[in-house]
Amino acid sequence: MSEYILEMNGITKEFTGVKALSDVNFKVEKGEIHCLIGENGAGKSTLMKVLSGVHPYGTYDGDIVFEDEIQQFHRISDSVKTGIVIIYQELALFPDLTVYENIFAGNEVKQGGVINWNQTIVQSKKLLEKVKLDVAPDTLVKDLSVGKRQLIEIAKALSKDVKLLILDEPTAALNEDDSENLLQLLKELKKQGITCIMISHKLKEVISIADKATVLRDGKTICTLDAAQGEITENIIIKNMVGREIEDIYPKRDKKVKGESVLELKNWSAYDPQIGREVVKNINLQVKKGEIVGIAGLMGSGRTELALSIFGNAKSYKIQGEMLLDGQTQKLKHTSDAIQAGIAYVTEDRKGDGLFLLQDIKSNISAANLKGIAQKGVINQNEEIKVADSYKKSLHIKASSLEQLAGNLSGGNQQKVSLGKWLFVAPKLLILDEPTRGIDVGAKFEIYSVMNKLIEEGLSIIMISSELGEVLGMSDRVYVMAQTEMKGELNIEEANQEKIMQLATQ
Amino acid sequence: MYQEAKTLIRANIREYGMYIALFVIILVFTIMTDGLFISSRNISNLLDSAGYIAVLAVAMTLIIVIRHIDLSVGFVAGFLGAIAAILLTQAGVPVYIAIPIILILGILVGLFNGLLVAQVGIPSFVATLAGMLIFRGALLQVTEKTGTIIIQNDAFNAIGNGYIPSLLEVNGLHLLSLLVGLAGILVYIYSEISNRTNKLKYKFDVLSKPMFLLKLAFVSVIIAYITWILAGYNGFSWTVVIMLAVVFVYHFLTTKTVLGRHIYAVGSNPEAAHLSGINVRKITYIVFGSMGMMAALSGILFTARLQSATTTAGTLFELDAIAAAYVGGVSAAGGVGKVTGAIIGAIVMASLSSGMNLLGVGISYQYMIRGGVLAGAVIFDVMTRKSK
Repeated sequence: MSEYILEMNGITKEFTGVKALSDVNFKVEKGEIHCLIGENGAGKSTLMKVLSGVHPYGTYDGDIVFEDEIQQFHRISDSVKTGIVIIYQELALFPDLTVYENIFAGNEVKQGGVINWNQTIVQSKKLLEKVKLDVAPDTLVKDLSVGKRQLIEIAKALSKDVKLLILDEPTAALNEDDSENLLQLLKELKKQGITCIMISHKLKEVISIADKATVLRDGKTICTLDAAQGEITENIIIKNMVGREIEDIYPKRDKKVKGESVLELKNWSAYDPQIGREVVKNINLQVKKGEIVGIAGLMGSGRTELALSIFGNAKSYKIQGEMLLDGQTQKLKHTSDAIQAGIAYVTEDRKGDGLFLLQDIKSNISAANLKGIAQKGVINQNEEIKVADSYKKSLHIKASSLEQLAGNLSGGNQQKVSLGKWLFVAPKLLILDEPTRGIDVGAKFEIYSVMNKLIEEGLSIIMISSELGEVLGMSDRVYVMAQTEMKGELNIEEANQEKIMQLATQ
Repeated sequence: MYQEAKTLIRANIREYGMYIALFVIILVFTIMTDGLFISSRNISNLLDSAGYIAVLAVAMTLIIVIRHIDLSVGFVAGFLGAIAAILLTQAGVPVYIAIPIILILGILVGLFNGLLVAQVGIPSFVATLAGMLIFRGALLQVTEKTGTIIIQNDAFNAIGNGYIPSLLEVNGLHLLSLLVGLAGILVYIYSEISNRTNKLKYKFDVLSKPMFLLKLAFVSVIIAYITWILAGYNGFSWTVVIMLAVVFVYHFLTTKTVLGRHIYAVGSNPEAAHLSGINVRKITYIVFGSMGMMAALSGILFTARLQSATTTAGTLFELDAIAAAYVGGVSAAGGVGKVTGAIIGAIVMASLSSGMNLLGVGISYQYMIRGGVLAGAVIFDVMTRKSK
């Protein structure tokens, strides 16, 4: 028997022409805690989906060798049977069921199809002891904190005789104490011979717990670091995570002296009553006329929530703090107020909450400013066509006609339609949330050029982006967010990938 | 041109399918009844009997477009019809005051549903199911003592039974009705031509000239034929005139105005609509308010048609209206559906009833066949959507 419990050899996975993983090699020794690290979109989650059978055998190239046997997982239950259990960031628990029902959901203790509840409760007590969770088995899961729910997930995995436990950012939603608990538990489990793969964005955790760490970047394995060799340090990890040079895909712009303040936030906090916690904490931020302010940070750091709280409090948060627009205190209560005040927000999720996919290009472009083409509530359809046509030309939207449905366009062209829609409201401040996610290099360049042109016309732009290259290539100033807070502000001259990463992984 | 017709049908299969289905139904019934189905008298009756469902179906289409449902409208119609009867008979209110009162009451009921759905956040199915029970009770309450309330107001009853004046009879045809039909054709041709010139100006895809002329001729002939049929009996009934007016207004609102765009935006993607500065709540209120008003109108049409308010008026109207809307091509996923489709859907369902009645088909089979047609229409809808 080899020392490796898991070997993933030469894994390549394509999504309609885009290589998410290319020739990835990933080896995990038995009984170690192995961290998987990389920027957003580096391919970590895809790799774990290949391993767990979410992407079934045959849809990828390469071999998965688990306990010296080549495995062919066609569905998730195949990998679970083999002893590989994955716990996702969004927990898959049933909030209205009890702890013991949750632990054995899908894996019921039964005789001839009838569940033995007494046995279930006895066994779940043992599992709860194992994960050091002191709650009654008949507690409802919705009454537990996120940290405790995480432990329930682990107990659930243990009930299935897990050999390899995979955790996808297990501490992302946890506070310090709960995180510490969880990490201690993982060390305990290691002693009991359970191998563990952990995806994490928090480098401090990685340093404290990992035996090995593999870094992925752009769908490729960069290196595997060994703690025993003293290779797992912040510097080495960050260097390997970012690595690449900023390529020459960012059009130049004259960086002029900036004018007066367009937007200013003072001690700005937002509490989301639906999830019951603060999503934006005590933020101070300033945007001047004619500048691009980049907001960097990892997913879930509160960047989108910040944007939505500025954009007319679109998600009805409870807001504290002060917003100044052009030096005047403003309270925006609805998205229409924000548009009125000259703010536009181009969403990160153009298909989900950006476009009307079943409507044509011209209706999408006019949707946020129908007033601009209507008299007394009646739409001037000629005017609408003219407007849409001008954006089609200026943004180089490639479509058969203005009557093509938005849903039938490519990602880049959809993004341009989305941009056109918001340019038509003639904003002073444009908030772009992941403006180039999922679009090709050519379209990216075009969008950057449009941004530069807008800046020259005197607009201000807030650009939220997970791509460090883009943040460094386009911004005049960079703010970095992590854990719903603003961790720092960098001038573009002093900013580099390492500094941003350091702030973002705090 | 043959090629063009083929691609045209393929591209618009859902919309054309409905017209084709209606045509086939009419053809089959006409043959099976030796032409009785297509007689002036039957067509006139058929359209009158479709009226009170058609106006509901038009408003229901918008409700479904914004991803809701309204189950209360049947008994709201029944209840408001009874109130109309009480106002006219017991309270002695004149017609021209009674009708606006009823319409306003309808709007208020609709706005209340809107409040429950948009403000309180109750699923529309449950909120309007409660409304259905409440108004069923209310209808029984107001008609309990008197039983059926007979209305002897000719002006009111004319809404459901009367016809527009004929002015002059030409060879047994009613002149004013002919003029109305002619005006309809002219308006249609004018709007189509101006639409086409506009599209040409912006180099949009338009039908080729022969195809366009064929379409103009085809639709004009249909309008002319229907006019001729109706003019040969009593002319256009007030019910048909009201129905056409409702469709015209709703068609204009939904296709030409900011409000209409906002309604379809909310239906097609509520989150995107909200982020586009559209007040989703306000739109929900307006659509439910319009539904309430149409329920009131439906109640007036039905009560006037029966010349009385009964204890069971409005039973199952809501489901007939929903069926008509779905046959007319509205999508349960939201954002898709035309009011003109709803009216065709209502006429398809009324044609089925009328034709089967003429043939003496038992009521048990009638329900089954109508159910089958509804299921078939939706299956066809889903299939054509998938293939795209």
